[in-house]
Amino acid sequence: MLILEKRPTPSKLWAWGTPFLAVILTMIAGGLMFALLGKDPVAAIRTIFWDPLFDPNLAAYSRPQLLVKAAPLILIAIGLSLGFRAGIWNIGAEGQYIMGAVFGAAVGLAFYPADLWIIFPLMVIAGAVGGCLWAMIPAILKTRFNTNEILVSLLLVYVAENILASMSLGLLRNPEGGGFPGSRNFNSYPAAANHELIAGTGMHWGVVAAFIAVIAAYILLQRHILGFQIKLAGQAPRAARFAGVRPNKLVVLCMGMSGALAGLAGLFEVAGPAGQISIDFNVGYGFTAIIVAFLGRLNPIGILLAGLLMALTYIGGELAQFGLGLPSAAIQAFQGMLLFFLLAVDLLSNYRIRLMLFLKEAR
Amino acid sequence: MDLYGITPSVLIASLMVASVPIMLAAIGELVVEKAGVLNLGVEGMMIMGAICGFATAVETGSPFLGFLGGAIGAAVLSVIFVLLTQVFLANQVATGLALTLFGLGLSSLIGQGYVGIKPPSTGAVPFGPLADIPFLGRVLFSHDWMVYGSIAIVACVWSVLKYSRAGLILRAVGESHDAAHALGYKVVRIRIAAILFGGAMAGLGGAYVSLVRVPQWTDGITAGAGWIALAIVVFASWKPWRVLIGAYLFGGITVLQLNLQAAGARIPVEYLSMSPYLITILVLVIMSSGRGRAALNAPASLGQNFHASH
Repeated sequence: MLILEKRPTPSKLWAWGTPFLAVILTMIAGGLMFALLGKDPVAAIRTIFWDPLFDPNLAAYSRPQLLVKAAPLILIAIGLSLGFRAGIWNIGAEGQYIMGAVFGAAVGLAFYPADLWIIFPLMVIAGAVGGCLWAMIPAILKTRFNTNEILVSLLLVYVAENILASMSLGLLRNPEGGGFPGSRNFNSYPAAANHELIAGTGMHWGVVAAFIAVIAAYILLQRHILGFQIKLAGQAPRAARFAGVRPNKLVVLCMGMSGALAGLAGLFEVAGPAGQISIDFNVGYGFTAIIVAFLGRLNPIGILLAGLLMALTYIGGELAQFGLGLPSAAIQAFQGMLLFFLLAVDLLSNYRIRLMLFLKEAR
Repeated sequence: MDLYGITPSVLIASLMVASVPIMLAAIGELVVEKAGVLNLGVEGMMIMGAICGFATAVETGSPFLGFLGGAIGAAVLSVIFVLLTQVFLANQVATGLALTLFGLGLSSLIGQGYVGIKPPSTGAVPFGPLADIPFLGRVLFSHDWMVYGSIAIVACVWSVLKYSRAGLILRAVGESHDAAHALGYKVVRIRIAAILFGGAMAGLGGAYVSLVRVPQWTDGITAGAGWIALAIVVFASWKPWRVLIGAYLFGGITVLQLNLQAAGARIPVEYLSMSPYLITILVLVIMSSGRGRAALNAPASLGQNFHASH
């Protein structure tokens, strides 16, 4: 009979091994799902994970896309991971992402058609402020009124989606757009656009920001007292309080940082790859980033790799959609499955599985 | 009394219909949380119930089988939650989120062939002459059987939790799983039963959305109803009757804002559509702050995994 035995400390080996195991298990289960949909599972998995990087015809298009798609995921996930480590569950990053885009775009459009170097930096600041303010709502309600931050941050996503719709139909609508919803396109407004920095690489300011965020988060968690407090509050809340960690300060800081990073991701997206504020501007990066944060084991370097992998499934999913007729929802289900397997195999790092033949002896 | 051409009796009648999905999902989640398990996957289970119920009803032509299919579909999804949290001892918050993300993806995958189809209609219960009573007839006796069924389920849950031995054991497991385990109760088995019940209820609620309330299938049809149901459990301070009140309150707001939209009120549509979510947040704030703090009534073992080491 199998018995679970709690490890005194989580296994270091399995902590690194479980994400890989989860990815492999997801490929197997996903392959089964694709087979049920009547597609060749091997071809589907190859289209998703191999073709975007190495297929000679497709790689030229999809390699740059890898950075474009990974940047918002990594930015958001880095912010979320700080909160998750401290036991603060901000799951409304999608809303903060929208608000960052709305704030940033509003600042940019206010200056239209000026050509000043300061416009883009101002937009970046406005994006971070927008996301941060939106995250402050659940944070302050949590600290002042003890309201559950999970529910509030999530419900605010629906509010943000309605604000986005209202903005693209009203305040921020392109006056020269012939009445169509959606703002002016930033790609034809050079002073406010988030350009590709090196042609043909997909490298834009959002990618730069994502790399900076990874490094900053790494230093914060490894070398800074705040990082220590975050980890302490998550693993031993009582001990943290004795050590003088103020829980309310952590809630505000963690929510604020994750909100600002999600807002930045939204701004870089709206000024670059998306190009404009529109009703269907948000595509769920805020939710996928939750999977990225867990797949990266809440570790900055891990999140960097996980973000790239998740971006690969997005791009590969698109290719599979065109090439094999695989429905786009299948990729969403596939990503959800990944999180299931991650959570399941996490057991291996926290518990030892023992085969017990003589029960009496064990007791 | 006519504000923007909204008649009170119609408003109350449609409020009762609008509140059914959240009421069912919330009463299921209440039982789950009473057993000490926090399942944040209500939204995912509801939408799975919505598509499974819709598909079953369309294929069989029977709304009754549709509701059954919805309940089973969502309960099957909750089996994943059972496996992860009760067997693999995974974090309940993260697993619940995963359940929602996966449910949203899987439902739109299953629902591809069902866009734009009309489901068989669920008729009103024939009350004969009662339905012709001026005001009361429209308010009380003009509904389909799920409206009455959902209220009956709330009453059932209330009486089981309050008066039966099974209810007492369920609450014991939720308040202190270690003590319940020491008394010889099968903590994990009881929790599994509660999670499956919660899944089935969320599925019924979801099926009601796609079969009666809308009635058709579109991606993301539940639009946050599962999250509102979670908030209602907090609003209700884990008391079944208050779930009924909470569901009517939110049903009322939803119906009112829809009516105002249809009547062309001067408030922009987007601000009306966000009002149910804003009011949910407001109510959460009121319930969790101050003296009558809802959190004090929360089951003590809520969200903690149980691992019997001996």
